[in-house]
Amino acid sequence: MRRAGTYLGVLLVAAYCLAPLAWQLVTSLRPPAELTTLPPLLPTQLTFEHYAAVFAGHPFGRMLLNSFIVAGGATLIALAFGSAAAFALTKMRARGFGLILAIVLATSMFPPIATVSPLYLLINGLGLRDTLAALILTYASFALPLAVWVLTNFLRQLPDELYAAARVDGCTPRQALVRVILPLAGPGLAATGLLVFIVAWNEFLYALTFTATERSRTVPVGIALFPGLHEVPWGEIAAASLIVTLPVFVLVLLFQRRIVEGLTAGAVKG
Amino acid sequence: MAAIAFEEVSKRFGTVTVLDRLDLRIEEGEFFTFVGPSGCGKSTTLTLIAGLERPSAGTIRFDGQPVNHLAPRDRDVAMVFQSYALYPHMSVAENIGFPLKLRGTSGRDIETAVAEVAARLGIEALLARRPRELSGGQRQRVALGRALVRRPRVFLLDEPLSNLDARLRLEMRAELKRLHGEYGITTVYVTHDQEEAMALSDRVAVLNAGRIEQCGPPLDVYRDPANLFVAGFVGSPPINVLDARHFRGLAPPADVPASGVVVGLRPADVRVATEARPLALAGDVQLAEPTGDALWVVGRIDGQQIIGRGQLTDAPVPGTTAYFEYEPERLYLFERATGRRVP
Repeated sequence: MRRAGTYLGVLLVAAYCLAPLAWQLVTSLRPPAELTTLPPLLPTQLTFEHYAAVFAGHPFGRMLLNSFIVAGGATLIALAFGSAAAFALTKMRARGFGLILAIVLATSMFPPIATVSPLYLLINGLGLRDTLAALILTYASFALPLAVWVLTNFLRQLPDELYAAARVDGCTPRQALVRVILPLAGPGLAATGLLVFIVAWNEFLYALTFTATERSRTVPVGIALFPGLHEVPWGEIAAASLIVTLPVFVLVLLFQRRIVEGLTAGAVKG
Repeated sequence: MAAIAFEEVSKRFGTVTVLDRLDLRIEEGEFFTFVGPSGCGKSTTLTLIAGLERPSAGTIRFDGQPVNHLAPRDRDVAMVFQSYALYPHMSVAENIGFPLKLRGTSGRDIETAVAEVAARLGIEALLARRPRELSGGQRQRVALGRALVRRPRVFLLDEPLSNLDARLRLEMRAELKRLHGEYGITTVYVTHDQEEAMALSDRVAVLNAGRIEQCGPPLDVYRDPANLFVAGFVGSPPINVLDARHFRGLAPPADVPASGVVVGLRPADVRVATEARPLALAGDVQLAEPTGDALWVVGRIDGQQIIGRGQLTDAPVPGTTAYFEYEPERLYLFERATGRRVP
């Protein structure tokens, strides 16, 4: 009885989370004439014309590539700086450990809308408007607090004696980080990287503000600009949304175990 | 190889003084042991020699040269940690070769050196394994190999045997002594186990609350303890401490009242008999513990505990009275207030 209740709960949560996705899936496969029928039940016939239209009617491939470059670049930068910061905080016993972490956390409290105008002026001043670099730098800086926090928590679990041994064996701090600490931080890096990647992949506000042309436009902005003068192409929007969800879906499936390891590190004694 | 000198070395963490003006010279090639209860500052002393911590005051010298400012990698010391601290993502061969790799040794030379050290430690068959696939004793040997492979000037060991079971501990103890004989490297050893310290060392320093209570060859420290702390720490079972009034004819120096001293008496120097003897204290038997080759009898005299060596053939029964016989020249007198040895 109790188990049945658990399953019912899981089912409800899953339905709550997956229903919009299912709706998108059904919409993307529905002939244009049936698009607005309610309730959104199964279509009478399947069509892939929306998927074709996404690639034919828009520079969608280019936008996907942009999104990959931006999210990937931001992730790499956030991991590089985040792991170095976490290493310094946990293993090199930087002074003011708690204060630094609190400040790092505080910087992520600003709502994006409050920072978007000054950042726009900054990006413009640097001549980076409508470039991928503008988005990479912005996302990396916003992802850093998250990266520092998760990685700090993770590196704290690695025994201090490992770092001491590395130093006695002849490592500089940088060598100890690269040769000993980072190879052992795989789960933490995977979890952090994935979180950063997803945030950057889905980001909309900055991408909308800092980009002007398809040269640097990412998928979320691109989809938002699908609607034409006279109609909203729901089918294409649904198809594009599903395509853009796919990479994240695959990444999460691949790294699922490591993410859980990374996020719960130290919660229970391993 | 190097001689290590401490000159007025102190280490403070915040307001806590862990080491208090340590003055000490460890000779070249010596096997030197710091022994003491946990928190006495012995591990901190090792981290200061290794360069993992800097002294708050004072100077540390290797062969006369100050090393205070040198990072661990520039001191040419090797260290074996209590947890071994093997690199889990490297094979045994990579672990042992790591210090050489960092020094830019060629791959071929690393291979030769690793093979040589592995042969000496009897771990040739394990070179391809990962640390997690090894037993405790094997990990210990790998950690030793990683430390010895580059023939450091100073070899530091921080409680290296405390994670091993009793039998393996004896085996590794002999191994350490053999390795020290073969390599002749100045070795600084830290342990809380006085027996280990006695068995291995050329000299021991008994540390207590950041100060050296006594320093010297193990037997001297055992036979001639400077104070009650050292007497209580060195020797097993621990020394008996009794009021002076139990001992007839005991004459403390004129300037100390009899109530101002306590008597230390090593259990090994006490023979327990079931019949009265001339120089013996009568005590109520509480416990008789046979350990195979000995029988330790625990008794009580006026509420004070005394342990002595009994006869296996004549074991006293708990609840009866036994006679704890001593030799007057084996008694140690200590000032009750300070613990200082009274001659």
